[in-house]
This record gives sequence, C-alpha cells and structure tokens, in this order.
Amino acid sequence: MTREPAGLAVVGAGPAGLAAAVAAAGLGVRVVLLDAAPGPGGQFYRQPAAGLGARRPGALHHQWRTWRRLRAALDTLVDRGRVTCLTEHHVWAVEREADGLTVHALLGPEQDRSVAVRAASVLLATGGYEKVLPFPGWTLPGVLTAGGAQAMLKGGLVLPGRRAVVAGTGPLLLPVATGLAGAGAAVVALVESAGPKDFVRRSRALAAEPAKLAEGAGYAAGLVRHRIPFRGRHTVVEAHGGDRLEAVTVAALDAEGRPRAGTLRRLACDTLAVSHGMLPHTDLAETLGCRLDGPDVHVDDEQRTDVPGVWAAGEATGIGGAALALAEGHIAGHSVAARLAGTAPDPDAWAGAARVRTRLRAFFAALDGVYAPPRQWPELVTDDTVACRCEDVTAGAVRSAVRDLGAGDLRTVKLLTRAGMGWCQGRICAPGVAGVAGCDLTPTRRPIARPVPLGVLATPPDRPDAPGHPEAPDRHDEHDQIDPPDPTPSKGLS
Amino acid sequence: MNPLRLVRARPDAPFTVTFDGREIPALPGRTVAAVLWAAGITSWRTTRTSGSPRGVFCGIGVCHDCLVTVDGRPNQRACLVPAVPGADIRTQEGTGHDA
Ligand SMILES: Cc1cc2nc3c(=O)[nH]c(=O)nc-3n(C[C@H](O)[C@H](O)[C@H](O)COP(=O)(O)OP(=O)(O)OC[C@H]3O[C@@H](n4cnc5c(N)ncnc54)[C@H](O)[C@@H]3O)c2cc1C
Ligand code: FES
Repeated sequence: MTREPAGLAVVGAGPAGLAAAVAAAGLGVRVVLLDAAPGPGGQFYRQPAAGLGARRPGALHHQWRTWRRLRAALDTLVDRGRVTCLTEHHVWAVEREADGLTVHALLGPEQDRSVAVRAASVLLATGGYEKVLPFPGWTLPGVLTAGGAQAMLKGGLVLPGRRAVVAGTGPLLLPVATGLAGAGAAVVALVESAGPKDFVRRSRALAAEPAKLAEGAGYAAGLVRHRIPFRGRHTVVEAHGGDRLEAVTVAALDAEGRPRAGTLRRLACDTLAVSHGMLPHTDLAETLGCRLDGPDVHVDDEQRTDVPGVWAAGEATGIGGAALALAEGHIAGHSVAARLAGTAPDPDAWAGAARVRTRLRAFFAALDGVYAPPRQWPELVTDDTVACRCEDVTAGAVRSAVRDLGAGDLRTVKLLTRAGMGWCQGRICAPGVAGVAGCDLTPTRRPIARPVPLGVLATPPDRPDAPGHPEAPDRHDEHDQIDPPDPTPSKGLS
Repeated sequence: MNPLRLVRARPDAPFTVTFDGREIPALPGRTVAAVLWAAGITSWRTTRTSGSPRGVFCGIGVCHDCLVTVDGRPNQRACLVPAVPGADIRTQEGTGHDA
C-alpha cells in the first residue's frame, strides 16, 4: 500500500475513470483508482466474475478491442507501481482538507471497515444509474431495470428468465434486447415509446455522428437476426402477476402520449427489463459542494468542477455513453497532470478527445429530445401503484399530499409521505414521485454517498497511506444496521 | 444458447449454498442474486408495510430491493454480495430485524 499521498485518486473504474488514470499515470502522476466492483470496467466493460472462467467474455461486449487496450495499459501501470487499483472499495465520502483531499471507502463485500486514501486531487468518475418511472405492477419480481438485466448477464452470466420484454425508452434498450437474445432468452418485444417521427425531427444532429448511426444500425440488424419485434411509439401500460411477473399489457401511443383505444395487447413473459433513461451519480460531488447543472456535475473545458482539486468525467457530468466517457476521462487525466505540475495544460495535447467530446455531447443532446417517456405517463399510474419502492408509498398518497395538504415540491412530499426517505434515498423514486406530484425533480442533498454502518462512523478510519500505519485494526462486526443517511428519524430500520 | 455457453465458460468447482434451508447449486464468483436467479428464484424479500415480494431491480447496488439475510446478517444486497460455499441464505421479511 502507498505511503506518500497520491497525486490523483480516481473514484470509479469505468471508461471515464480508466481513461483518466491511464492518461495521468502515463504523464507521471501517482494514481489510486477506487471502485466498488470486484474488478475494473464499470458498466460498459463489466466483466464476468473470475471464478466463472469465461474464455470468450468479448461475446457479451461491444468495442472489446478498446477494452483490451485500456486493460493492458492499466496492467502495465499497475506493474510499474504508478497506479494502485483498489477494487471492492465503496467510497462514501470525500473530504476536503487544507492540504488535499481524503477519500473514505468501505471495504466490500462486508462493508464493516472504512479506509481513507489521501490525494492531492480527486476525479469523480462515478457514472450513472437508471431511471425507471412507475407503472402498475412495476414492483413485481421479474421486473427489473434494463441495465440491471445487462449487468447480471455480463457479470454473473445469468438470465433473469426465459421470455423477456424490453421496454421504456432510450438507446440502452437496443444492446439489452440483443444481449438477452444472444444469451438465449426469447425477447418477445422491444417496446420503445419514441417513434420514427421523433428521429426524423432530429435527423440532422443525429446524422452528424455516423459512427453512432452505424452502431444503431448494427443493433437494428441484431433485432432482425434475433427476430425481436420492435414496437415504436408503444408503452407498457401494466405488468401482471401474483408473486412474480406473468405478462405485460402494451399499447400504442397517440399524439398526446396516451394509450390508443383498441391497441392494448397482453404479452406473456417472465422478465420485463425496463428503463426510461439514466441519471448521473452526483452524491460525492454534492457533498463536496460542486456546482450542478440540472442533474449533472458542472465541469469546465478541462473537466474541472468548481471545487479546487476536484475533477469529474463520464456520465457523472451528463449521460452520453462509453465513448464520451473515454474522451472526458482522457482530457481530465491530462489536465490533472499539468495542474499538479503547476502548469497550464496545453489543449492541443487532447485536441482529438476534445473534438469527440463536442460531437458526442451534441449527439446525445439531440438523442435526449428523441427518447422521452410518453408525455402523459403519470396518467397511467393508478393510485394504488407504489411510487416509492423502499417505503411502500403509493401514488395515491403522493397525490393526496399535493391535493389535500398542499405539498408543492419534492421535499415537502417526502416529509409528508416518506417517499424518498428509505434505503435508496430517493435515487429510484425521485423522478417518478416528482412526475406523479407534478413538481420539479430537484437534486436531493445527501450527506453521505453510501449507506454506512453506524459502527464505521463511530470508529476512526483506517489510514493505509499514513506513515507508520499500524496493522489493520480488528473491528467488531455487528454492523447490520445500514442506516440511511437521513437526518429525519426513520422508522423500523434499527 | 445460454450465457455460460456463449462465453465458453469453464467455471471453477461448483459448490452449494442453502436458501431457506434448501440446498441449491452455486458457481464461484456469482453474487447471491445470480445464484438465486440461476436456481429459478426471483424473490427473496417481503416489504415492511405491504409484505409484497421483491428481488433484483437495479442489479448494481442502488435500489436496495434485493436485500436478503446471509449467515444471519440481514440487509445484505444480494446483487453485490458474492455467494460462498455453505452460505445460509434466507428470505428477509420487513426490516430483517423482526424475526
Ligand atoms: C446497469 C447499467 C448497465 C449499462 N450497460 C450498458 C451497455 O450494455 N451498453 C452501453 O452502451 N451502455 C451501458 N450503460 C451505460 C454506461 O453507463 C455508459 O456507457 C458508460 O459505462 C459510462 O462510463 P462511466 O465511466 O461514466 O461510468 P461507469 O461505467 O458507470 O463507471 C462508474 C464506476 O464507478 C463506480 N462507482 C460509482 N460510485 C462509486 C462509489 N461511491 N464508490 C466506488 N465506486 C463507485 C461504479 O462501480 C462503476 O464501476 C449501462 C449503464 C448502467 C447503469
Ligand atoms: S438490485 Fe438494486 S441494490 Fe441490488
């Protein structure tokens, strides 16, 4: 383990974090890379667990060659002692101190011990997670996020079931549908609420990115090859089942975004992989006081946040896929190296990446206008539909808080109904509750990025990088009280 | 086709875990959630107020829907925790502290 504080601590070993670590370490910066997962790769390059002995893991992946190059570069830098790769480290806070930053991480999978890593600068490359809006039946086992199905497939080599419907909106639905089919699931339908007209309206912006269009065409060919019926301008109205999913009802959408009469169809399935887009992971940035632009961490041309010493790259700064994450990480790595050396960086050093970044940001901005949930989706949410999964709060309760008690913003809805107060701290329900309540989606300020056992908060952190650091202290392990970091007293969690 | 065949997997030696006392097979490296899915089990928790069944939702540690009791420790996220030989996995009811 390192003794001198590192030059750069990178949180997140996805495409953005890896590109940054490789770039910065290549320029002489000592880098510590931390990730909660058992190995580097992030969401896009998620690898099968080692014990599964995959001899052709690339069969589940796109752009496998890029991954191989990144991985080889990382391995070389690790061998040379330039990068320390700390996997199974769940970062729960980053603290600013007079002379640098301290990254606090829980050691997984037990998560009952915390370690602290000190560095002169920090890059937040924490990626994003999926947004799913509520609909009747969305809590049935067998209904899961599209990316979650993909993650379980890529990491655990398992399928959630045999007959799957992939639904919602967004570019992620394509790789998920073809991925599930390629791995042996019968994909009964890909249900996408965007329609061809939405694409035509943005065709200029989209056509400016031929590589992306080719990628899309590749997936479209995959749909044909696997005989996956594509239903554009359709939505899932309801998921049916008792103890688990048995079928979904889908419908065509009219111009207003409402199910068209006479188009309802029931499809038998045991899996519904659903997604309505992605949201960036910004909690560490928020606790550091970084400025946000809407849901995204704000960065300048060098990927610096407005907090000195803190950079951000990849989907934490806005959803835009793996290629954009790579470009941003590369730029951030160069910027960190120059800034640590006390010089202004030369943007020529990353001109290629900057061009890719400009193009892909424009492309994803256009895509954002294409992929949108049906405008009237809250009308499909019945009063007895659960809106907040953790706290079992129904849409009816949310509506009554607005109608009868005058709640006009997410925070008041939360205080009155407990929606967003549970384990996930509103990460999953906030967009849905905001939509049902008819109020804005405002970022929740969470004091801590991960659930932290109370015992950890009470014990001083292990400092593996501190000179003369003693042996890892033997901590007691009665730590099943993962308390959500909400200041409001929470029932039933202790 | 299945995912293991697709990537030409040659897993290390399989082992068993128990789910609510019943023995089920497991492959090394898989999370508790992946082991349960592979055995055809999709729910392993009931919610606190309505008692409705839940399993994996986000698959990446965000949603906490997949909480489960492993070796007597409740509230473990099944999508993150690796299954180990002999693990005693149990359905979790409510907060996991009610039983
Ligand atoms: C579940 C899921 C599946 C996806 N699958 C695909 C796909 O198949 N194809 C596709 O094109 N796109 C997919 N995406 C989109 C994907 O997010 C981007 O393409 C790309 O991976 C973004 O790169 P990134 O480096 O910004 O973030 P990510 O790849 O998401 O990497 C972020 C990393 O940060 C780590 N991390 C986050 N917070 C912490 C913390 N507090 N402590 C420690 N580590 C932390 C995570 O473990 C992760 O490894 C998926 C997204 C999700 C959420
Ligand atoms: S499935 Fe969401 S935390 Fe495990």
